[in-house]
Amino acid sequence: MKLSVDRIRHVALLARLALTPEEERELAATLDQILAHMDTLSRLDTTDVEPTAHVAAVETPWRDDVVTNAPDTAALLANAPARDDDLFLVPKIID
Amino acid sequence: MLNDLTIATAAKRLRRGELSAVDLTRAALDRIAATDLALNAFLTVTADAALAAAAAADAALKRGVGVGPLTGIPIAIKDVIATKGVRTTAASKILDGFVPSYDATVTSRLKDAGAVIVGKVNCDEFAMGSSNENSAYGVTRNPWDLARVPGGSSGGSAASVAAGQALAALGTDTGGSIRLPAAYTGIVGLKPTYGRVSRFGVIAYASSLDQVGPLARDVTDAALLLGVLAGHDPRDSTSVDRPVPDYAAAIAGGVAGAHSLRVALPREYFGAGLQPEVERAVRAAADVLRDAGAVLHEASLPHTEYGVACYYVLAPAEASSNLARYDGIRYGLRAPSAASLLDLYRDTREAGFGREVKRRIMLGTYVLSSGYYDAYYLKAQKVRTLIRRDFERVFADADVIVTPVAPTTAFRIGEKATDPLAMYLSDVLTIGVNLAGLPAIVAPCGRDASGLPIGLQIVGPPFGEEIVLRAARAFEAATDWHALRPPDVAGREAPP
Repeated sequence: MKLSVDRIRHVALLARLALTPEEERELAATLDQILAHMDTLSRLDTTDVEPTAHVAAVETPWRDDVVTNAPDTAALLANAPARDDDLFLVPKIID
Repeated sequence: MLNDLTIATAAKRLRRGELSAVDLTRAALDRIAATDLALNAFLTVTADAALAAAAAADAALKRGVGVGPLTGIPIAIKDVIATKGVRTTAASKILDGFVPSYDATVTSRLKDAGAVIVGKVNCDEFAMGSSNENSAYGVTRNPWDLARVPGGSSGGSAASVAAGQALAALGTDTGGSIRLPAAYTGIVGLKPTYGRVSRFGVIAYASSLDQVGPLARDVTDAALLLGVLAGHDPRDSTSVDRPVPDYAAAIAGGVAGAHSLRVALPREYFGAGLQPEVERAVRAAADVLRDAGAVLHEASLPHTEYGVACYYVLAPAEASSNLARYDGIRYGLRAPSAASLLDLYRDTREAGFGREVKRRIMLGTYVLSSGYYDAYYLKAQKVRTLIRRDFERVFADADVIVTPVAPTTAFRIGEKATDPLAMYLSDVLTIGVNLAGLPAIVAPCGRDASGLPIGLQIVGPPFGEEIVLRAARAFEAATDWHALRPPDVAGREAPP
């Protein structure tokens, strides 16, 4: 077992997930099995191999710095789970 | 039957006035009503908007102005693709009531071409899965056998086309999500070259791999749809500015398109674990191409066996980053009465994401976390280079690569649901294409002893859509597998 439940909890905190104890146990087991399969990658010698981040040979495209989408507060707030007038509402973050 | 028409045939009849777009759309909507209790392919049916679009199409056809290549054609859209004013969930509870304020570029392109959007179709949550069992809204069933999966993640797209609920559908393919369902349901699916089709407005899973493409009844329709979808989009920085060829012209030769075609058969794709009927059908399909003038040779893609490990490091890593945006603040689900902002994030994501999505977020966060980055993420990026080079080497001597799509035909619902690694391994024959960014088409090429469809995969070099379409059309013109339709499931309910 490579992944302890403590390690799972740490990763879950990084991932912003409040896992249940049952999920922690299940993930520890399945991630262990999946990572064991991924360890097969270490059999390959990749010393002089460049990493591929992206296959498309696209240069960063540039355009003029002009607004192309008109502001539409109503549309942007339409899906908000909680709002106060024209603002998103969140729990208090500063005491 | 109106529901069995191809786009090409329907478009011809619409233009001649032998068929109205309203009748064609009504037939699709009736078909959805009659069959979707059994299939569960649709998450949202947009009947009113579809009938209005169909009426507008009829008016355009009558006037003879403003008629596009898809005018009056009923099409379904995978629910990871944004549709303005129409609920778009990515089959996730976290986006249950989400209504986009804009269209994805591919949605606008369909509308501009005259298409009638009949609704949004089911898929694995955030396109993560190979069976459609990861949808938060229940599995889509395979019209060929309701006890079996339609494949994933574009399972609703495939089932809707196979069962006559729509003439074609849009899907997305990150590791095989167009091709696997196309194979499992006996239809044609095309995954374009990375960069060929805009991803703007497509809910991101793994951004270096995701690509939109069509699922259709035959190769001609797939070519027509690609012509509508392809092209540069300034709103997607990975979309490539390159002319869009005439794909219809590419397939016009029919069976003669196979003449002198250099076809490579990679031995690693015909290895152990392949269902014998799948191997026989795909080799027989290669022989059909040879009899039509193609030249076959064996080739090697030596890093094939590392594809699944490579993909399941990179895709979850990208997903863990892409899905960080679902935080319960600006849209989507918010967990009730969280005490702090951190708890709000954690409770919202815990309640909103399904099991497999959490697994991939955890896996991705783990491989990117301090101390593991080099061993997993960087290593996988280097292995991706090796896989890419394998394909480059084969394409030095070949026009296309012909392979099976999956080791088996459609498996039973529940068969792999508790074994994620077994599920991941079902992607082994499709994943390499995504890692290398290549175009690939799937076409039906046989049936197994249970009557389930078998798919043929034809892979091309970057921006080689014309040649894969040409090869697939040549095969199709010489065979009649594409004419097979699944049994009618109208009036049936889903088995327990």
